[in-house]
Amino acid sequence: MVKETKGMKTIWYFVGFILLIMGVLVAAAGFIDYVTPPQDQPVLAHLHTSIWWGLIMIFAGLIFLYVSKGTTVE
Amino acid sequence: MEMIRLGYIDWIVIATYFAFVLGIGYYLKKFTTSDEDFFLAGRRNSSWVAGLAFLSANLGALELLGMTGNTFKYGMYVAHFYWVGAIPAMLFLAIYMMPFYYSSRIKSIPGYLKVRFDEKTRVLNGFAFAIMTLLVSGINLYAMALVLRTFLGWDWDISMWVSAATVAIYVAMSGLMSAIFTEIVQFFLIWFGLFLVTVFGIVEIGSLEEIFSRVPESFSALWSNSADPSQNGMLITWAGIALGLGFVLSFGYWTTDFLVVQRAFSARDLRAARMTPIVASFFKMALPFIVIIGGLIAIVLSQDPQSGFALLQEEGRLNYDSALPLLIARYYPSGLIGLGVTALLAGFMAGQAGNISAFNTVWTYDIYKAVINKKASSQHLLWMGRIATVVGILISIVTAYWAKSFPTIMDYMQAIFSWVNAPLFATMLLGMFVRWITPNGAFWGLISGMGSSFFLFMAVKFEWLDRTILTLSNYSSDMAANFWRAWWAWLICFTMTILISLHTKRKPDAELEGLVIDLTKPVSITEKLPVLKKPEFYALISFIIFIVLNIYFW
Repeated sequence: MVKETKGMKTIWYFVGFILLIMGVLVAAAGFIDYVTPPQDQPVLAHLHTSIWWGLIMIFAGLIFLYVSKGTTVE
Repeated sequence: MEMIRLGYIDWIVIATYFAFVLGIGYYLKKFTTSDEDFFLAGRRNSSWVAGLAFLSANLGALELLGMTGNTFKYGMYVAHFYWVGAIPAMLFLAIYMMPFYYSSRIKSIPGYLKVRFDEKTRVLNGFAFAIMTLLVSGINLYAMALVLRTFLGWDWDISMWVSAATVAIYVAMSGLMSAIFTEIVQFFLIWFGLFLVTVFGIVEIGSLEEIFSRVPESFSALWSNSADPSQNGMLITWAGIALGLGFVLSFGYWTTDFLVVQRAFSARDLRAARMTPIVASFFKMALPFIVIIGGLIAIVLSQDPQSGFALLQEEGRLNYDSALPLLIARYYPSGLIGLGVTALLAGFMAGQAGNISAFNTVWTYDIYKAVINKKASSQHLLWMGRIATVVGILISIVTAYWAKSFPTIMDYMQAIFSWVNAPLFATMLLGMFVRWITPNGAFWGLISGMGSSFFLFMAVKFEWLDRTILTLSNYSSDMAANFWRAWWAWLICFTMTILISLHTKRKPDAELEGLVIDLTKPVSITEKLPVLKKPEFYALISFIIFIVLNIYFW
């Protein structure tokens, strides 16, 4: 049975949404650490991973949002 | 002690996740209008959605922490849980068992036992499963509070009540659909939140080859040292792995545990249902990149005094579960720490939501409707599902407090798990493939299998029985004993079911059409699809990758 349910957003919309928000927060933390480096630095801190990983998450989130744009679950 | 310090952005990341999952539950509530919506997510999911949820229901934080810690303890052999201990069973479920499950339109695994055998077998399994899920859910909650207190210094009661209340609210609002949605969100958070642990470890140590060259030889192979149990970290032979883990525990869990199979039932059609475990199998095979390599990285770092890395110790014993949190604390800067902790929290909460959504379905359909209120309407069952969710969470909290005051209960969880799943797999296998297996054979076979599994656990625990008799070897670990106990429980259930069936009354063939393989029309098993759409095609690809991985890491 395929049930008709008008307007229900797909799970991919929510995945895109959370990745976008989390990506923004992680990248923002990375920029703050870059501008004002904390006293206790983790191993490999010089890679500034939060910045580029946050940007990758933003990119992934935008892709999911774009793909799920306008689609609803039947 | 507190070993991970959170900054304010980390707190915002965690708070965002809590708000997000509650928002999903609220959003989906308006689409949850019938019992089928609540318990089976309206049977509208694609194979991708159902497949990722199928995998994620199994991918709790306990698994992530535990398997990384187990790799530290046992080495590469833990990868067997992800490969031989999962893939053949998942593919078998997809190819051979799913047509019976899905086509018979049952709503739960005990539901299949009802139509194939009888009501008493269904109720027996329903009760056993309901008790098991609540205990597992409670122990999960206990473990989560323990982890959060140990690594983050959070208050025990607050972290337990806040996460339990969050799960209760979003599952009560929209049932399996919200559980599935949050499981998929969890899947992505785990990959984005924990993938970098392994990447950082490889970067710091130098390369993957360097990691393998620096762990003890007995810890770096998968099969080549399995002929002699004294030569591998798990102290087990290949037979114990193949029979106990690869056959009984794996097939028992992946093909009969309603927690995971329920996700496949939510698929929109038979093909999507069959593709569900196949899609999951590809991602299951990839998980050792985080947990196994992470555990090996922890071994290499702990062997190097210059690294300053050492597992936590409690009363002189290593806390293996601290491996993954210690790696997060070592490598992650602010922001990423919040993401890593959120991934673990999401794992705990999604695992609990999975248990509760499976419990409320089995309680409502296989106990309440089957025994207490046979004429309940769809709306009444929907209401009962919501009540069962809240009550189930409250019982889980009581179990968690019980575990806190009586820590050895954790040991019994392993027994309970093999107590329910290992014998049930023998019952299901015989039920689906042998038409003359009788209802009484199934019922008493199941009771003897469950009883023997529990007895063997107690006998070894209290030394009524020497463990070497169970494991057929002078060398064995706790894990080896678990594998062998599952094998013996399965064998006893299998044998007793056959013996009793030979002397008791069969069900007429007319009542078994579509439920047993030789009474099912081939068209319902092998759908007429082009090759590239056939589940068998993708199952073959998955199986080839599985073989290649085993040979490569031999």
